[in-house]
Amino acid sequence: MNELAVAIPWLGSRNPKAARSVVLALMLIAPLIAALCGNTWVRILDFALLYVMLALGLNLVVGFAGLLDLGYIAFYAVGAYTWAFLASPHFGLHLPFWLVLPAGAGFAALAGLILGAPVLRLRGDYLAIVTLGFGEIVRIFMNNLNYPINITNGPQGVNMLDSLNLFGWDVSRHIPITDNFKINSLVMFYYVFLLFVVGSVIVIRRLQVSRIGRGWAAIRDDELAAKAIGINTRNMKLLAFAMGATFGGVAGGLFGSFQGFVSPESFSLMESIAILTMVVFGGMGNLGGVIIGAIALSLLPEILRSVALPVQHAIFGHVILDPEVLRMLLLSLAMILMMLIRPAGMLPAHARYSRPELASAGKGKQ
Amino acid sequence: MSITLLETQNISKRFGGLQALTDVSLTIKKGEIYGLIGPNGAGKTTFFNVLTGAYTPNGGEFIFAGSELPTGTPHVVVERGIARTFQNIRLFREMTALENVMAGHHLRSDSSLWGILTQNRHTREEERLITERAFEMLRYVGIEHHATTLSRNLSYGDQRRLEIARALATEPQLLALDEPAAGMNATETAQLRELISTIRHDGVTVLLIEHDVKLVMGLCDRVAVLNFGKKIAEDVPAVVQKNPDVIEAYLGSSHAH
Repeated sequence: MNELAVAIPWLGSRNPKAARSVVLALMLIAPLIAALCGNTWVRILDFALLYVMLALGLNLVVGFAGLLDLGYIAFYAVGAYTWAFLASPHFGLHLPFWLVLPAGAGFAALAGLILGAPVLRLRGDYLAIVTLGFGEIVRIFMNNLNYPINITNGPQGVNMLDSLNLFGWDVSRHIPITDNFKINSLVMFYYVFLLFVVGSVIVIRRLQVSRIGRGWAAIRDDELAAKAIGINTRNMKLLAFAMGATFGGVAGGLFGSFQGFVSPESFSLMESIAILTMVVFGGMGNLGGVIIGAIALSLLPEILRSVALPVQHAIFGHVILDPEVLRMLLLSLAMILMMLIRPAGMLPAHARYSRPELASAGKGKQ
Repeated sequence: MSITLLETQNISKRFGGLQALTDVSLTIKKGEIYGLIGPNGAGKTTFFNVLTGAYTPNGGEFIFAGSELPTGTPHVVVERGIARTFQNIRLFREMTALENVMAGHHLRSDSSLWGILTQNRHTREEERLITERAFEMLRYVGIEHHATTLSRNLSYGDQRRLEIARALATEPQLLALDEPAAGMNATETAQLRELISTIRHDGVTVLLIEHDVKLVMGLCDRVAVLNFGKKIAEDVPAVVQKNPDVIEAYLGSSHAH
């Protein structure tokens, strides 16, 4: 939040307090503005928030602990399928969200441990390859576990998932105010997701400035030296995988409840890469950067899609480039430019560990 | 002064066909500064790595503070009270000096995951204490004015000091320094000598590997000399200096008599 506020040009450095309230206001009124442009845009914002959660979780593994994970989407899948199994007509179970969501997080954490245990000795490229394989294995399992016993319903996926029901309040139902005005459920989902994102940020922030966060950073910077000051690198790495996966699992559960439908194709390798791109684009290791990266990269393609068609029509009279093609083209271009101009991301993590408040705390003692 | 802190018994280490250490036995007493010297390739750093758990020895054992020291598990060795620095400095480069030392406190803090997530009183209290102690430690080695500087931006001498501070943060009984004076100028070496004396004075036993013979001879209470993986002498510096085997190892056989 503070990183976001400070990042606002001009205002951020002059009046941090005002900048912070601007960020807060933006977060709160964003869905209402989007609703004016149509419900599609609110839906896009909802998804953007899910991506923010995923990017935050992946950042914990990649940015904090330095473990490159290319199969992160697998944990999202585990969370979503947990929701599908425990709250849909598929198995006839309809458990409440406060059971299903923690279960999804728990299973995802378990999956994180299962992935983490065999890769403890690997680093860098080798780790990336194995995690990539893990992500694919999970997806292929989801795709094929419909025979001999039908568990995942195969490529068709599971549908009619229960929606998010917060203690009797069904988020997916519109709230009627008057006869011709009602609050759209998509807007409500936005605020629910926003709560989860804020919760994630608080949790991750606390982890980052704790002995655990320092342990992760130590492993990232120099594993041998980390061992030499008594950090149990095995446990800390497993913890990083499990904690990162937990956020993926929660986001997956929310995704299931929001979409009402899960199928293996939502969890492809491209999604893993997209999330990693968000983390790198925004600024690995910097929470504000990661959030901006996730929002930017999930909104830009949609904006592009809606702008590219009319513009081409206006200029050429017909559509020359399909927006889908254009999207990949411009995204890669953006990435290349980014790497050339700001290799550390939009909001680099320079000041990650130079906390001025600590410095002043120490000076008082001198 | 004469209580034995570390006793190594017949430590051997082979790398394929190379016998890096052969039956090395040393005794380090509590409160002394113990030097380990020898020509290049004598096995000093290998001994260090075996002691601190980075390598597993092929034979022999360490008795530390009365009980056997496990081998091959660095973090357990640190927990038992042996901290080390590295010959080529290994700091956490993306962390500030302060955070490096705070990371060193990891071992001696015990906030649980639950405590951190809920920020309970124990966690907050511990975090405050760690910060305070880390500042004290930086002051102790004389670089507290660089507390919020990224460690990779520190000068060479300060990086050495920071590494020592980080090692001291693990509250060791034995501090093992691997060539701390390497690459330092005369002033920096003099300051380092003072720092090591202070550390010993404050109750930490020091094991010093060093190329700088003058530093070792002036600072150490006792010295052992390794040559080709074997211990060829162990005594007070004045006696070791006159040992013909040592002179031969350093200067060649024609100088030995």
